[in-house]
This record gives sequence, structure tokens and C-alpha cells, in this order.
Amino acid sequence: MSSDQTETLSGAQIVVRLLERQGVRIVTGIPGGAILPVYDALSQSTQISHVLARHEQGAGFIAQGMARVSGQPAVCLSCSGPGATNLLTAIADAKLDSIPLIAITGQVPTAMIGTDAFQEVDTYGLSIPITKHNFLVASAGELLEVIPRAFRLAVSGRPGPVLIDIPKDVQNQRIEVSTWPQPGVAAAVAPPAADLMARAAAMIAAAEKPILYLGGGVVHSGAARQAVELAEKASLPTVMTLMGLGTMPVDHALSLGMLGMHGARYTNLLLDECDLLIAVGARFDDRATGKVATFCPHAKVIHIDIDRSELDKVKTAHIGVTGDVKACLDQLLLRVKATLRESWLSRVAEVKAAQPLRTPGIGNPRTSYGLIDAVASCLDDEATITTDVGQHQMFVAQTYPLRRPRQWLTSGGLGTMGFGLPAAIGAALAEPQRTVVCFSGDGSILMNIQELATAAELDVNVKVVLMNNGSLGLVTQQQTMFYGERVFASKYQTGPDFVRIAEGFGWRTLDLNHVEEPLAALRTALGTRGPVLIHARIEEGEQVLPMVAPGASNKDMIGG
Amino acid sequence: MNSITQRENQALGAAVLELDVNNHAGVMSHVVGLFSRRAFNVEGILVMPVGDGAASRIWLLVNEDARLDQMIRQLEKLEDVLAVRRHGADHAVFERLEEFFR
Ligand SMILES: Cc1ncc(C[n+]2csc(CCOP(=O)(O)OP(=O)(O)O)c2C)c(N)n1
Repeated sequence: MSSDQTETLSGAQIVVRLLERQGVRIVTGIPGGAILPVYDALSQSTQISHVLARHEQGAGFIAQGMARVSGQPAVCLSCSGPGATNLLTAIADAKLDSIPLIAITGQVPTAMIGTDAFQEVDTYGLSIPITKHNFLVASAGELLEVIPRAFRLAVSGRPGPVLIDIPKDVQNQRIEVSTWPQPGVAAAVAPPAADLMARAAAMIAAAEKPILYLGGGVVHSGAARQAVELAEKASLPTVMTLMGLGTMPVDHALSLGMLGMHGARYTNLLLDECDLLIAVGARFDDRATGKVATFCPHAKVIHIDIDRSELDKVKTAHIGVTGDVKACLDQLLLRVKATLRESWLSRVAEVKAAQPLRTPGIGNPRTSYGLIDAVASCLDDEATITTDVGQHQMFVAQTYPLRRPRQWLTSGGLGTMGFGLPAAIGAALAEPQRTVVCFSGDGSILMNIQELATAAELDVNVKVVLMNNGSLGLVTQQQTMFYGERVFASKYQTGPDFVRIAEGFGWRTLDLNHVEEPLAALRTALGTRGPVLIHARIEEGEQVLPMVAPGASNKDMIGG
Repeated sequence: MNSITQRENQALGAAVLELDVNNHAGVMSHVVGLFSRRAFNVEGILVMPVGDGAASRIWLLVNEDARLDQMIRQLEKLEDVLAVRRHGADHAVFERLEEFFR
């Protein structure tokens, strides 16, 4: 506790002061009755600016965008009732992708809780299963403990969302404050057990066909450099999960790209051959593993994760290590010997050459692969890439040359359509020097299209590349492949004029189908500062391949 | 693992879990939610404050199940759960209660 002179402050003023003391400089949200005292206090803050979203889900994802690029907790606000329920999807999304998000919701006055008061919902109850932890605050004094604790929880161990529900009377309650708590920061993590690290190093040394498997935990831990060093030192071909993309540059000689449902043939086939799988900050998600019983059937497993409840959850590890991924990798780096696995690497090269990722149309910017390639050719590694959810997401994950951690923002665990645009806005707010590109589909963009207004108002450096196939493409693909071609409820009979819509929101636009030189036009659009929507008509019926049927073994890929 | 049937579950027997938790209104929801989301029935629950009332002890009677180890790890992760101890089904706490359920 640090001591100042005594002040009489309202709960709302205490909230704002504690956020300032945490170093928060931007919060997002939408005001409404039960959170108005906090907004009133916020209006007096000289340190915190407020980003007015157009839907609370947008506010939640803008905050997530900030948190994902910075690794620091980000804050979103909403009123009680519908404001809080609108936030829930963004909170659940943060839970599944382990993103440090702080949601502060207004609640009806304490005395009215449980009476079905206007705009009352049980926000605390609703948020239990989708938060790392949550609070219903009983007094203004409690805020002094709860808020720093919420920040500590959000970033300690495995990061995640924390919700703080504050009844209106608590926001208005005035108390004397003379000492302030220290800001909440990440708690120290116990170092990994030395004997386990020694055994892991020995197991790596003894392996003939090891593969390193990197997940989002490597990003959260800031351990990309260590992961790449370990791969290089021990000659480890490396796969990444959707969340781990960017930890090893995709064009690194040891990179096998993304594994799983839409991984390249060589990636999944080599996993089928490996005799040791070293899982680091990854959780054996079913989209990554396919049918678990046949995932890496010949492999011993080393599993390193900060969250002990992930070990042995899906696949039993021969060596399970609980610890911060970076500390564990540092330990391993000290213990593994420099090795060159010539025969394994030549086998890898052989399978890679024989079973490459096929990218039909890559030379033509009017196809998905071609457009993504063209966009990448106009940008450098400083650009940040976000996506929505669907085929376009998987096309980008397969082929965009991601080369740095936190370059890549996608909704992995929850797979939330509508993530891309607000997350891009948040990324651009947190790192205004970068160009942020959101790849979206005509289905997904409509789910948070109102945030075009937020982006225009803030003049953020966001480009939306809208891949318009007139359908919910990934659904059409699944119906075509697995439901006897009964394509139902996944094709739009009519589509809006996205270019005019974006213009109506104050965006600059480019319609790639109406220009002679798409590549040159693209270069100009991506190089123009401020929000630009790039619309591209994509042929209906394109498929993202290869594909593993849900529940099937990864080696049984269809197509590609 | 979800294919384990009710009968197989019973064949595996029961377990008693002893949890030390912070004593406040939301704790029971946090704990019970971990079980209910898996449609995992909690057969018996007993809660009382301990010491000065800042903490409580929760006793749970649950069926042994292949998922139990992982669920215990998830219980341990809950912020308000201070400790989890696992006992056999023959633990006295529920046996002595039986007379109240006749
Ligand atoms: C909020 C939400 N609703 C439904 C889905 C199920 N879903 C997954 S992909 C998809 C289609 C996405 O269509 P679009 O954004 O146009 O992308 P495309 O697949 O055509 O590239 C749907 C409906 C989802 N992931 N998220």
C-alpha cells in the first residue's frame, strides 16, 4: 500500500483511479444506466481515453485486439442487462484463447438484485463458466482489493478474462481513501522441476524423429525466440497450432506450418511418423489433433504447459512439465546438445516435396490464395493480420507469411465470426504505427459491421480485405463434403453492396473487381493511411483443402 | 472417455473430495458448475464454515470416473479453492450422515 493524503471518493472514482494506477490508457465500451457513475468519473480522467464502440461485443473484441498485440490486460465496460449479455461472446472468446481481458459491468443497485429490476441479469452467474474468475462487488472499499486482484489474475499463469460486476450503489458509495494498493501484476511462476527437464532433454537426445509442436502459450509467454533456438539446436521440425502461428517464421527451414484439420498433407503425415512430440504451450485441441487415438501414434509425448490441468487432459504425456514455457525452454536449451538429424531432416524434405500444400490460383489475385499472396506482397512483417472465421481464415492461416509472434490475431478456440474487424481496431489503437489488415468474409463482416463507424471515427489504420463468395463458405463446404451436397441455409440469395455500405460509414474503398490492375490498386489501397475496405468477389464453391473430417484421423485428409 | 456408461461408472466406485474454499456467496456455483457442465452428478454435498468463517469446507461425494483427476486439477485452479484432498468412498463424513436420509 502506498500512502497519500486522505480523499473522499466514490466507488466509481476509485475504479477510475485504480485503472489509471494500473497504467490503463484506453478503455472501450458503451455507457448505460447502471454504469453511468463510472462513465462520469471517467469523463474527468486525463489519463484514460474511452473508445465508444457501436455494440458491446465490438467493445469486447476491440479490447481483445489491444490485449492480443500487447500481452497486457485490456479493459471493456458495459451497462447491466443487455450491455453485459452483449459482452459475453467476447469474454468467452478470451477464455478459450487465454487472453487477459478485464470486463467491468454495471449492475442494478444491491437492494434491487434478485427482483427482476429493469436491466437486471445475473451477470455474475452468466459469466462463471466463461471467465477465469469473476467478482460481484459488495462495497466501495472492496474495489481497492478486487481491481488489482483482477489484473493480477488476468495475467498470472495462464492468462484469461476476469469480470467485475459493480452495483450502481457501490459505484456511488463515498468512502475515505488514504492508501492505495499496488497495481496487480503477474505472479511469479515456480521454476520447472529440474529432474523433469533433464529427462526431457534426454528423451529429445534419444529420439530419432522428433517434432516440436508450438501453441499459443509460446506467444503468451514471449518465448518464440527460445522455441526457434531449441528447434535449431536440436534439429526439430516444428508444427504450429492456429494460435501458435508466427512463433516460428513459416519460411524457416524447420517450419512445417500449421497442423490439423486444414494443415498441409506433409505436416500431418510427418506427425504420423514422428517418434517424439514435444508439445509446448499447446493443448491438443481437437481441430489440431483430429481423432486423438491415432494422433502421432508412434510418438512419446513431452508436454510443457503453465496450466497443470492441461497435462494428461487429452493425451497422456510421458513427461508432463508444469511451468512457464519460456523458463522451460531456457532450461531445455541449456541441456540439449547441438544435434544434426540428417536422416530425419532429409525424410522431412522428401515428404514436404512429395506432399506439398496445393494453392490453386495463387498467381491470380482474384482467387483466395492469389489475393492473400498479393496482399502479403504489398506488406512487410510489421503488418498485423486479423481474420474472421471461415474459409478465408483457413486460407490465410495456411499461406500468409506470418513471421513474428503477436502478428496474428484470430479467434481460435471459440471460432467467433465477427472477431476480425473490432480486433483489428484494437490492434491499431494499441500499435498505431502498424498497418492492420483484417481478412473477412461476407458472412462474418456482417456480424460486427457497425464497428466500421468506430474505425472511421478513430481514423485507425485498418484495412478490411473482404473476400465475398456470396455464402457462408465453410458451411457450404462442409455440407458439400459431409452432408451429401445438401447445401442448405448457407448461400445468400442477395448480398448487400459492401462498397457503398463502407462508403456510407466514411471508409475509403476499393472494388478489386472493377479495376484493370488489381495488384497496383491493392498496393495503393494498403499503403493509404486510415480505414480502407477492399472488396473482392471470390468464386463461389472454392474449398479449403486438405480437410480432415471432424472426428477422423489427421492422416486421412481429403483433397489438397 | 465420454463413452463410459453409468453402470461402468458405478463399478468404478465413489470418491469423497474435501475442499477448502473461501467463504462467500459465489463459491458453490463455481465448484458445482465444473461438475454440472459435464453432466457429472454430485451425489452428496456438505458445506460448513471453518474457524473464524473466512473459509469453508466443502465435502463432495462423487462417482469415480476417468475424468476425475482432470476435474480435480480444474478445481484446484479456481481462485477461491484453496486446497483439494481426495478420499475413498468409505470416508466417515457421509456415512455418519446417512441416518438423516432414512
Ligand atoms: C458467431 C458464429 N456463428 C456461426 C458460426 C459457424 N460458422 C463457421 S464458419 C461460417 C461461415 C463463415 O462465412 P464467411 O464469413 O462468409 O466466410 P467464408 O467461409 O465464406 O470464407 C459459419 C456460419 C461461427 N463460427 N460463429
